Amino acid sequence: MSTAPAQPIPLPTDWRDFLSLTKPRVMSLVIFTGLCGLLAAPVPVDPILGFTAILCIALGAGGSAALNQWWEADLDAKMKRTASRPLPAGRMERSSARDFGVVLSVLSVLIMGLASGWLAAALLAFSIFYYAVIYTVWLKPRTPQNIVIGGGAGAFPPMIGWIAATGEITLMPVLLFAIIFFWTPPHFWALALFVETDYAAAGIPMMPVVAGHKSTRRQILVYAVLLLPIALAPFLLGLAGWFYGGSALLLGAMFLLLSLKVATFRNAQNDADMRAERRLFAFSVLYLFALFAALVADRFIAG
Amino acid sequence: MDQTPPDPQAERKRIIKGRNIALASLLFALVVLFFFITIAKRMG
Repeated sequence: MSTAPAQPIPLPTDWRDFLSLTKPRVMSLVIFTGLCGLLAAPVPVDPILGFTAILCIALGAGGSAALNQWWEADLDAKMKRTASRPLPAGRMERSSARDFGVVLSVLSVLIMGLASGWLAAALLAFSIFYYAVIYTVWLKPRTPQNIVIGGGAGAFPPMIGWIAATGEITLMPVLLFAIIFFWTPPHFWALALFVETDYAAAGIPMMPVVAGHKSTRRQILVYAVLLLPIALAPFLLGLAGWFYGGSALLLGAMFLLLSLKVATFRNAQNDADMRAERRLFAFSVLYLFALFAALVADRFIAG
Repeated sequence: MDQTPPDPQAERKRIIKGRNIALASLLFALVVLFFFITIAKRMG
């Protein structure tokens, strides 16, 4: 007769763990930029359909985040920052995360199609595919350029918001896409510089791990320089007014200054605090919120 | 201070109840959303 103790039956997964799979903090930026794209569009939007479009963008972002965590559960277990997530911590079955991600993704695309049209829905579907497959499965583990190309995934929400409102792709949503696309590398590399040991432990080829600090700092500056004219383009091309133009110039100059400090900081390797990088990372979040808020404010000022 | 670990059976019931409420709320919200989408589309 066996004397082995009976295995305790694992507890079912709490709903809060499903919620955390959607990366709510990242989602707040996605919702905000999507909403700004919707509000900045030069057409009146039905409040219910507008709300639905933003909800779908949020659901799609949540679905792709769940799929990302399902795929990266083993990597997350190796990093201090992510080890307490539901999958690496063992509070959830892997298949539950996968199914949750698929259901959210499919639901978001279907509702977007029914409420705001199939062009916005197709773009939403592509953005989910871009993040969950092109970025997570293909690029992230293979190339230090993962953030550059993968940044496209986060750049879709304002474009989707605009297209959900207008039903067509024009130059302005493409510029909104480009702003986030060029903003992403300095934002993430600043973070990667001060959490480098974590990424190295998981074997993810983040730029600071592969190319070193000096090269990463230089590239941060290059993207900050490129970001300035791109953020100013809506004003220079007559698609936005003075309020947006002034805000983009001021914010861009500050972004550039902080990037310059990161790029020229000689003793950063010995600086345990990484103050310049932390400051750039924090400001980069504020930059995006403020720039898109200025775009919406400009639209309302113009009437 | 009481350091007694929570009863697993009670904990299980609490989690399942929470999940059921979350799922029911989600389904109800979807029904309401579809109702309003239909109204908005018909009026637009």
